Amino acid sequence: MGEQSLRGYLAVWASLLGLTAMTVTMASLDLGTVAIVVVLAIAATKTTLVLLYFMHLRQEKRVVIKILIPLVIALLAVFIGLTYTDVLYRGGG
Amino acid sequence: MSGEEKGGRVDADRGRIGMWLFLSTEALLFGGLFLLYAVYRWRYSAPFHEASLELSRAFGTLNTAILITSSLAVALSVRELREGRLAGAKRFLAATIALGACFLAVKAIEWGVKFEHGLYPGAKVLSSRGPGQTLYFGLYFTMTGLHAVHVIVGMSVFGWILALMARGGVDADRPIKLENAGLFWHLVDIVWIFLFPLFYLIT
Amino acid sequence: MSGASRSGDLGVPYFSAAAGARPGILGWLGSTNHKRIGVMYSFAIGFFFAAAVALGVLMRVALMTPGQKFISAQTYNAFFTVHGIIMIFLVVIPAIPTIFGNFAMPMLIGANDMAFPRLNLFSFYVFLAGAALAFIAIFSNGGAPDTGWTFYVPFSLKTSVNVPMATFAVFVLGMSSILTGINIVTTVHQLRAPGMTFFKMPLSVWGLYSTAWVQILATPIVGITMILVLLERLFGIGIFDPTKGGDPLLYQHLFWIYSHPAVYIMILPAMGIISDLFPVFSRKNIFGYKMIAFSSLAIASVGSLVWGHHMYVSGQSDTADVIFSLLTFLVAVPSAIKVVNWIATMYKGSIRIEPPFLFALSFVFLFTVGGLTGLFLGALSADVQLHDTYFVVGHFHYIIFGGTGFGILAALHYWFPKMTGRMYRRNPAVVGWLIAFVGFNLFYSTILILGWMGMPRRYSDYLPRFASLQLFASVGSYIMVAGLAVIFLNLWRGWRRGDKAPDNPWGGATLEWSLPSPAPYENWEAAPLVTKGPYDFSGSGAGATKDEAGEARE
Repeated sequence: MGEQSLRGYLAVWASLLGLTAMTVTMASLDLGTVAIVVVLAIAATKTTLVLLYFMHLRQEKRVVIKILIPLVIALLAVFIGLTYTDVLYRGGG
Repeated sequence: MSGEEKGGRVDADRGRIGMWLFLSTEALLFGGLFLLYAVYRWRYSAPFHEASLELSRAFGTLNTAILITSSLAVALSVRELREGRLAGAKRFLAATIALGACFLAVKAIEWGVKFEHGLYPGAKVLSSRGPGQTLYFGLYFTMTGLHAVHVIVGMSVFGWILALMARGGVDADRPIKLENAGLFWHLVDIVWIFLFPLFYLIT
Repeated sequence: MSGASRSGDLGVPYFSAAAGARPGILGWLGSTNHKRIGVMYSFAIGFFFAAAVALGVLMRVALMTPGQKFISAQTYNAFFTVHGIIMIFLVVIPAIPTIFGNFAMPMLIGANDMAFPRLNLFSFYVFLAGAALAFIAIFSNGGAPDTGWTFYVPFSLKTSVNVPMATFAVFVLGMSSILTGINIVTTVHQLRAPGMTFFKMPLSVWGLYSTAWVQILATPIVGITMILVLLERLFGIGIFDPTKGGDPLLYQHLFWIYSHPAVYIMILPAMGIISDLFPVFSRKNIFGYKMIAFSSLAIASVGSLVWGHHMYVSGQSDTADVIFSLLTFLVAVPSAIKVVNWIATMYKGSIRIEPPFLFALSFVFLFTVGGLTGLFLGALSADVQLHDTYFVVGHFHYIIFGGTGFGILAALHYWFPKMTGRMYRRNPAVVGWLIAFVGFNLFYSTILILGWMGMPRRYSDYLPRFASLQLFASVGSYIMVAGLAVIFLNLWRGWRRGDKAPDNPWGGATLEWSLPSPAPYENWEAAPLVTKGPYDFSGSGAGATKDEAGEARE
């Protein structure tokens, strides 16, 4: 299992903190509806960093990378998405 | 027959797959709550914004930084262990636990402030603010509460591993318990990475 | 030397104390051996099944004639609730993965045990803990829930019965299901014998594998839903409470997001077993192996998208209604593929009518009826009339009891010699099957008709115009239960006093039949090398594999 250098870990840590600072700044900019998209995108980026570099996702077995993670993401999207087809169109839609 | 020395390579592969599968159940457990959040935030977007002003962005940001640093700490602990430096592994693990405790302390302060202001489920002050804010705080306490439970569980498991390390039950040849516990902790971090903007940074 | 492969050769049976296991009951209760765990589950689940059947019989007695004479309405509500909770969470969801998944699956893939044997034993105790909590819920703090097994809000938030304990029991049982799923997925990925590619696995393993993914990914949703009901009752968080701005329909979404895939947890492993039986009893390779394998995955996936069909008339938007209806019709397709392929397997086969195959054949019939009635319910306009009537009750009993139930009976009759080393008597098995099958259809087809006529479900009493059919249905149910009694008594007798069974009474080609009957404590000393497919009956008869020395063994 490939190990990372100390530098590598620290770089990831610094990026995570930087992205946090970025997301806090975004919030105070009052961007309206775009804000939620940007904020979630930043959260997704941070998550990806944690998955790849702290959790070593790329060295994992195929079943985890190729099946499990995509499935979890797809399922969450579908559960929320299909529920929205109800919630958005209540009241005669 | 199948080469499964305890904690050895084959066993470790299996253990890690099992852990990832378990983590996905945690992601979906919180996922159900995120679904509720998604619906109610869309329905009550203005009250959600107003309610979020009650939270301290400073505390939220601090806690995010604490948790990110604790993830670094446990990742470094695993690295130390793999490279045979048990003392270093123990130190970083202890640091992880300490940071977890800091997170909980900040959370306790935050919750305390809410209780003082009457902003908790069942309180008259809260219900007088209308359904949107009531639901915001219902979700806030449920989600940060469930998250805090996971932080406590993670810290306890780390404590147990520290004890095992002292007895030689976890070392460079058998790192799987620490690695798996680390994976759990990173998931707890990921959940907070989403909780933070969704509750503290609503515009 | 290729390890335990012949009857009479080494290989201490898994239920013998001599194999390094502790003697007596403690040896069983502390055993991490997959076969022992599977058998322990079978006894626990058998007991719960009997309890739930008893409740069902009492309900049918109460409904035999109109008028509320036998039990009160409140008691009736508790009866159908507990009947549902036991049947769903303690019987049909766990049964095949925990009994046959544990007992047979490692053998089917040429492994010596599951990936996590100790976790396996732990799952069993979590299961028992959940069952105990459910039992306690019935007798404490307000008593048995009366909400239906579906615990719909707002009633479940207000009713004074022990909803908290019941929902917590469901949460614990969900944890057990998740752990079993994790064990199965990891086992299939990591422990297959050399040469056993995914496409050489028996289809029963494909069934268990697809199911395990659903167990892992869907169950957490019901977990959080149960926690939310608990939190709502304890703290009034308001999530589902309309007086606080909450939306009761969101409860239904969250509940059915799990509980619909849950029915695929129930049916997929049963279909997998049926897919193993058709080739054996037609002595012919399965028709369309890959299509059946992929259809299991398709059912698991598409089945996760259809939950809103339980909510057509609950206030869901029309848009969602239409989308869910379309998806519901889609999910019927992979199931139909299986049915066609099973039948096609029989064509030009050498058919032997043995008890396992009788159950498998009747499975196909009953499942098809159940599936077709599902299409009625999946159609929006028809569902407006049929929702919450006996038609729904008939539909799911055909699918779950006729499907999973008969699938379990098929599996029991098939693997019985491997589990016990003995054989039951054929004639009582056939007679029991016939009585049960006839009774089942008399009972549940009447239920379908009653539903069509407008009889609502979960009602403790009814209008006089339903009286003659209700009576007929009750009689049908007694015949059915009598058939079940014959079946189980025959199995019991077979276990205690049956003739010694050969290693491979059915001529199966899957790996478990290359082991002695009863299965040994340790399956193989060295992993078998798999060169043939699971339904390849050519060559030297059943279970032809080569050991690592390259010699063909029977």
